[in-house]
Amino acid sequence: MISLTINGQKVEVEPGTTILQAAEKLGVFIPSFCYDPDLTLVGACRMCVVEVERARNLIASCCTPAGEGMVVHTDTERVHEARRANLNLLLANHPLDCLTCEKTGNCRLQDYCYLYGISETDFSGERKDYGFDDSNPFFIRDMNKCILCGLCVRTCHEINGVGAVGFMNRGFDTKVSAAFDDPLEDSPCVFCGMCVDVCPVGALVPKQSVGKGRPWELATVKTVCPYCGTGCGLELSVKDNEIVGVKGDTSSPVNRGQTCVKGRFGLGFLQSPERLTSPLIRKNGELVESSWEEALNLVAQKLRRTRSTELAGLASARATNEENYLFQKLLRTLGTNNIDHCARL
Amino acid sequence: MYERHILICAGTGCISSGTISVKDALENELKKHNLQDKVRIILSGCHGFCEKGPIFIVYPEDIFYCEVQAEDVPELVEEYLIKGNVVERLLYKDPTTDMAITSHDEIPFYSRQKRQVLRNCGVIDPESIDEYIIRGGYVGLENALKMDRMGIINEVKSSGLRGRGGAGFPTGMKWEFAYRSPGDKKYVVCNADEGDPGAFMDRSVLEGDPHAVLEGLIIAGLAIGSDEAYIYVRAEYPLAIQRLKTAITQAEEYGVLGENILNSGANFKINIKEGAGAFVCGEETALLASIEGERGMPRPRPPFPAVKGLWEKPTCINNVETLANIPLILRKGAAWYSTVGTESSKGTKIFALTGKVNNTGLCEVPMGISLREIVFDIGGGIRDGKKYKAVQIGGPSGGCIPEDLLDLPVDFDSLTAAGAMMGSGGMVVMDEDTCMVDLARYFLSFTQSESCGKCTPCREGTKRMLEILQRITKGKGEPEDIPRLEQLAAAVKDSSLCGLGQTAPNPVLTTLRYFRDEYEAHIFDRRCPAGVCKELLSYYIDSELCTGCRACVRVCPTDAISGERKEPHTIDETKCISCGACFDRCRFDAVKTK
Amino acid sequence: MIGSNTTETHPVIGYRIKMAKNKGASLIVADPRRIDLVDYADVFLQLRPGTNEALLNGIIHVIIKEGLADKKFIREKTEGYIQMSLAIQKYTPEYVERITGVSAAKIRHAARLYAGAESAAILYTMGLTQHIKGTNSVLAVANLAMVSGNIGKPHSGVNPLRGQNNVQGACDMGALPNVLTGYQRVEDRGVLSKFRRAWGTKLNSKPGLTVTEIIDGILRDEIKTLYVMGENPALSDANLHHVLEALEKIDFLVVQDIFLTETAFYADVVLPAAAFAEKQGTFTNTERRVQMVRQAVTPPGKAKPDWFILQELAAKLNLNWSFDTPEKIFREIASVTPDYAGITYERLEKEGGLQWPCPTEKHPGTSYLHKGKFSRGKGLFTPVEYRPSAEEPDEQYPLILTTGRTLFHYHTGTMTRRSDSIDVHKPEEMVQISIDDAARLGINEGDMVGVTSRRGHVTARATVTEQVPAGVVFMTFHFHEAAANLLTINEVDPVAKIPEFKVCAVKVEKIEA
Ligand SMILES: Cc1cc2nc3c(=O)[nH]c(=O)nc-3n(C[C@H](O)[C@H](O)[C@H](O)COP(=O)(O)O)c2cc1C
Ligand code: SF4
Ligand code: SF4
Ligand code: SF4
Ligand code: FES
Repeated sequence: MISLTINGQKVEVEPGTTILQAAEKLGVFIPSFCYDPDLTLVGACRMCVVEVERARNLIASCCTPAGEGMVVHTDTERVHEARRANLNLLLANHPLDCLTCEKTGNCRLQDYCYLYGISETDFSGERKDYGFDDSNPFFIRDMNKCILCGLCVRTCHEINGVGAVGFMNRGFDTKVSAAFDDPLEDSPCVFCGMCVDVCPVGALVPKQSVGKGRPWELATVKTVCPYCGTGCGLELSVKDNEIVGVKGDTSSPVNRGQTCVKGRFGLGFLQSPERLTSPLIRKNGELVESSWEEALNLVAQKLRRTRSTELAGLASARATNEENYLFQKLLRTLGTNNIDHCARL
Repeated sequence: MYERHILICAGTGCISSGTISVKDALENELKKHNLQDKVRIILSGCHGFCEKGPIFIVYPEDIFYCEVQAEDVPELVEEYLIKGNVVERLLYKDPTTDMAITSHDEIPFYSRQKRQVLRNCGVIDPESIDEYIIRGGYVGLENALKMDRMGIINEVKSSGLRGRGGAGFPTGMKWEFAYRSPGDKKYVVCNADEGDPGAFMDRSVLEGDPHAVLEGLIIAGLAIGSDEAYIYVRAEYPLAIQRLKTAITQAEEYGVLGENILNSGANFKINIKEGAGAFVCGEETALLASIEGERGMPRPRPPFPAVKGLWEKPTCINNVETLANIPLILRKGAAWYSTVGTESSKGTKIFALTGKVNNTGLCEVPMGISLREIVFDIGGGIRDGKKYKAVQIGGPSGGCIPEDLLDLPVDFDSLTAAGAMMGSGGMVVMDEDTCMVDLARYFLSFTQSESCGKCTPCREGTKRMLEILQRITKGKGEPEDIPRLEQLAAAVKDSSLCGLGQTAPNPVLTTLRYFRDEYEAHIFDRRCPAGVCKELLSYYIDSELCTGCRACVRVCPTDAISGERKEPHTIDETKCISCGACFDRCRFDAVKTK
Repeated sequence: MIGSNTTETHPVIGYRIKMAKNKGASLIVADPRRIDLVDYADVFLQLRPGTNEALLNGIIHVIIKEGLADKKFIREKTEGYIQMSLAIQKYTPEYVERITGVSAAKIRHAARLYAGAESAAILYTMGLTQHIKGTNSVLAVANLAMVSGNIGKPHSGVNPLRGQNNVQGACDMGALPNVLTGYQRVEDRGVLSKFRRAWGTKLNSKPGLTVTEIIDGILRDEIKTLYVMGENPALSDANLHHVLEALEKIDFLVVQDIFLTETAFYADVVLPAAAFAEKQGTFTNTERRVQMVRQAVTPPGKAKPDWFILQELAAKLNLNWSFDTPEKIFREIASVTPDYAGITYERLEKEGGLQWPCPTEKHPGTSYLHKGKFSRGKGLFTPVEYRPSAEEPDEQYPLILTTGRTLFHYHTGTMTRRSDSIDVHKPEEMVQISIDDAARLGINEGDMVGVTSRRGHVTARATVTEQVPAGVVFMTFHFHEAAANLLTINEVDPVAKIPEFKVCAVKVEKIEA
């Protein structure tokens, strides 16, 4: 165990623990943009800098291992000065359209500016001026808002393995883009949407959510993806009985927040106009709307009249356990074991 | 038997000023006079005095001809080689006394130097391992093979050698870390990226004495227990790459490299990796990323490369010049080595001297020499009798040193204390005509465009600093710009990820420290004291010189110039927009600036 | 990895494989197609479609021959080794190379890598099972895992990746002709009397018919009424013509679904169901993890959750059911299913998912099976012989068609095809054809082609790719416009009754515009 002091409090941590994690253990908050414990630590945003006694420069706490006897201060004037300068610089190169920005209320840049009292930037000067990339049907890339934390790049490389986006150019012109700055639609991107979920600002925005509600207006429902057998946890954002956003559930032990295109962007079918909204009965060769009463009576009557050996049912690998249970219970109660589903398909 | 050897410098500088045609001409002439068996031509590595190239030295007499062109060759052969008359017009002339000097030892540029690392450069044929061996090459390796790992490391440690790549970290200690890091595979990497604009000592060593670098690498490998090395050379150094390749092949043939080196059982392989050409790729972690095939972006340290480097294996990274010191230390011993230098900085350092001095080129000096000696003795003083203003040491990451610090002994710590740094050894001398704000702007525009873009303070901070400096040099500076610059510089220095960002504010901070008045003049008086910032110049007409030709009146876009024909004219300062059109136009140099 | 294009069919598991690979794991990929994971593989075994068992036998052969087998494990925990090893003798790498087209050297390399690893897992999907000899292949996989002792310890074992979100749950719940919940056999008297008592009803002890048998039964007039809940056999079953004929013929068809599916076109009554986000319940994933499904929105119009419809129907049938919440149903499931006995909604809410077997409320769940000893006592080795596929290519139908999924769509497309953004991105079938075959047939990228088998004909665009080797074409079954299952063969595996989706003979022709 390594023991160190943070803001005057002693803490013991496992070797290899970062200063930031040690601070978390004490409940000491340190702001961060580029940090994600599941990804390579890059120390890029420098928001998490802290003062370590006897170190010449400020230290990025997210990627520096705690050392024996270290004495750390997370809230000195020098630290605040550096963080304010950092935010000031980010803001100087960021559109200030929070009023219409999709990320408002859920944006770390906004949160930290609030925290450190930065209402406008001290610097006038050039700002990035890139076009939108809305080539794909799933999400918009607005690189004018990007703060180059690199989370999307690392997610795409390290979690997905696709590596569709990377850094290009240097200095002020540094930019996250697909190869040759192509639109994402023409890149190897598989639209898993995981980059969208990690972006701390409004640079990556799912189209399905645009204009559909502010974070504080949304209810969150955790559930399980309806597609493949992996059973990924999803977090649905709901407003006015409509699903307006989907994210991977980071608390799910199955997918730890990861998603693929189907779970992330493939729930549109719920709101499809083709959904069945009423029971239908075939009359004169045509399927026509009917009441539940009429439809169920008809089914019940047929079921009662069919001999159990001539009855069969196909259950569903898509319905819940409870429903499959009831289905087989019903058929078995009616005297048949002719029950199957598409496990074999 | 040859009676004479003629060394023609084939460093990159001399090649571009004509070495190859000189050599061809010489071969022809020699044949014509049937001297080809009597005179041997050697293409040597760089002599450091590139400004005077191509350099042409005749041995055994050691006659130093410079700026020799192909058309000079017949005269040299007939007059000197055959008749024995020194061709005086091709000799070097002392810029102060204008005296011709025949021998290269007498040239102050060379006489004040201590050429240890450059001992072979310009002396041997860099494509011949035999010549390297004759001058003591690979003796250090033989000695090292007789020692154990810690023995080698201790030798390097007690020599006091510190890294020449910039940071000045004690080399022996670095080796010890890499040696003590557990790992079945370890790497040695030679940093030959030399991204500092204006520096070319590494290139000269690689071109002029490649075996010294190889020998240093092999010894480093033995010391830390590594069997594989990478040399990361910038792709813009094709000659260096070619010479290295030749040297590697030769070293393998001679058994000093490859499997079972000199029958010791040790193996060592050297790979060459051509660099992507970005300044930041010289930073060690970015360099490793680049070798691994990733974008050259620095990574946080710790873990240091000595613990987790190339492909996560313990890796020792050293600069070319650092490595070229190693064979000497192992051959002549740490005690011998540490006699040169100061308490904290041992040995010599090579500088690339450029700017407004009379002699420019590479010079290797003992640590502790004063700046004054470098500028005035080796450099021969300021050109055109102008006044010294400052010297920028350490390239874009360094700082400038004003006149009152000229007696500063040059070593790692004193330079850092003065706000500059040793860096890789760029040294730009500036005279009174240099605007220090403009200089800071120049260096910052370099670091900004070379910032890898990874971390916020460096990427965004240098941009805003640059914009402020641009504003000041355009005469649009605001009083708050100075504190704003200082604050920003402090934040960038304090919180950037890598050395690039941490040192990028240095030129600004040192110019602010030593030449604050120039900033103030720009901001408060809208004046550029050195007369460099075009938008800030104020123009006047020297009535003595003005002929009243009216040429200036016709080009002035704001009708600010008035005066009768054939009478001296005057400029109305309230109308003048400092566009400089009259200045460019006047044939009598009557338009002056202040 | 065998027969699993994981990065497309189970993308999130695909990420994990790649991440493990980046952390230093070794990866062996066996697949007829050059799938994405091949780029990460240490060894790629590109076998001819339909030769899985031969390949697996070859690998086992090498493991035994080179003394890499885990003898202690075999001695203590298994039986039947001798018979299996005798059967395997003729599968030398060279013999297997002739069958599979995979070089003997690669087979040896793979065997050493697998058996040499401290722990090694086998993952497979339908590429292994959708053959007439699918069961044999699965047995061969089990043989392989047992020979090297890679079963019953963490990070190892035999891991089928289940295709649909709750296919595991549907099986667990007894939506199968031969078993009740938790794989309790209908023929087992004890089981049956337990359920009789629990349900208060008479029960049939004769195993019922499987999907394919049901379809055949309809055609033979033996099945008159079919109730389909959330299935689309009109697109997913092999040899569609055959299925459509049956659906056309049946007396009474009830389809309960969220869309008017291809199957629902034939229905007499269609019942509108609620979709996953419109109801509460549980799903069980491929790792046997039971997880909560929660309601986010209300169903559209008069649509109702399936469980609610079933309860209503039961009431009409005068059954005395009183399930007013899914939780109540779950409690009954737990009470009749030992593996689920310890699982409650309360625990699922509190602890997240739980992996069965979870016999008591204190039990933490089981993350891997066969720990210590096999569920059936001793692991049984079963000799497996290679048999050719039902239909091999010939002069008339010279190419092998193999089917599967892509990343962007899912199964019969009921959901993805109706999710705008996805359908905009990938709106149509692309038949994958090798560079060689395309050149021979004069087919260019994007050309319309006709694909014909003995059973049917479809048209679709072609994409010329390195993914498939010469002699093989690949299609998905997501698109009703070009339903690949019009072509596939309805031969089934004799034990598991899984149709041979993965191999049939076809010809491909370019359609001139
Ligand atoms: C921006 C930047 C550029 C650098 N460029 C070089 C370079 O071109 N050559 C070099 O040897 N070291 C360069 N360095 C220093 C290296 O990071 C490293 O300290 C050096 O290679 C270590 O070798 P040494 O100990 O022998 O000096 C650079 C450092 C920074 C921060
Ligand atoms: S959507 Fe997924 S694949 Fe595409 S760029 Fe983002 S992380 Fe990469
Ligand atoms: S797009 Fe978002 S996640 Fe990606 S680098 Fe920019 S700010 Fe970070
Ligand atoms: S300091 Fe500059 S060069 Fe270094 S990592 Fe940061 S952005 Fe890149
Ligand atoms: S969070 Fe530490 S540098 Fe970004």
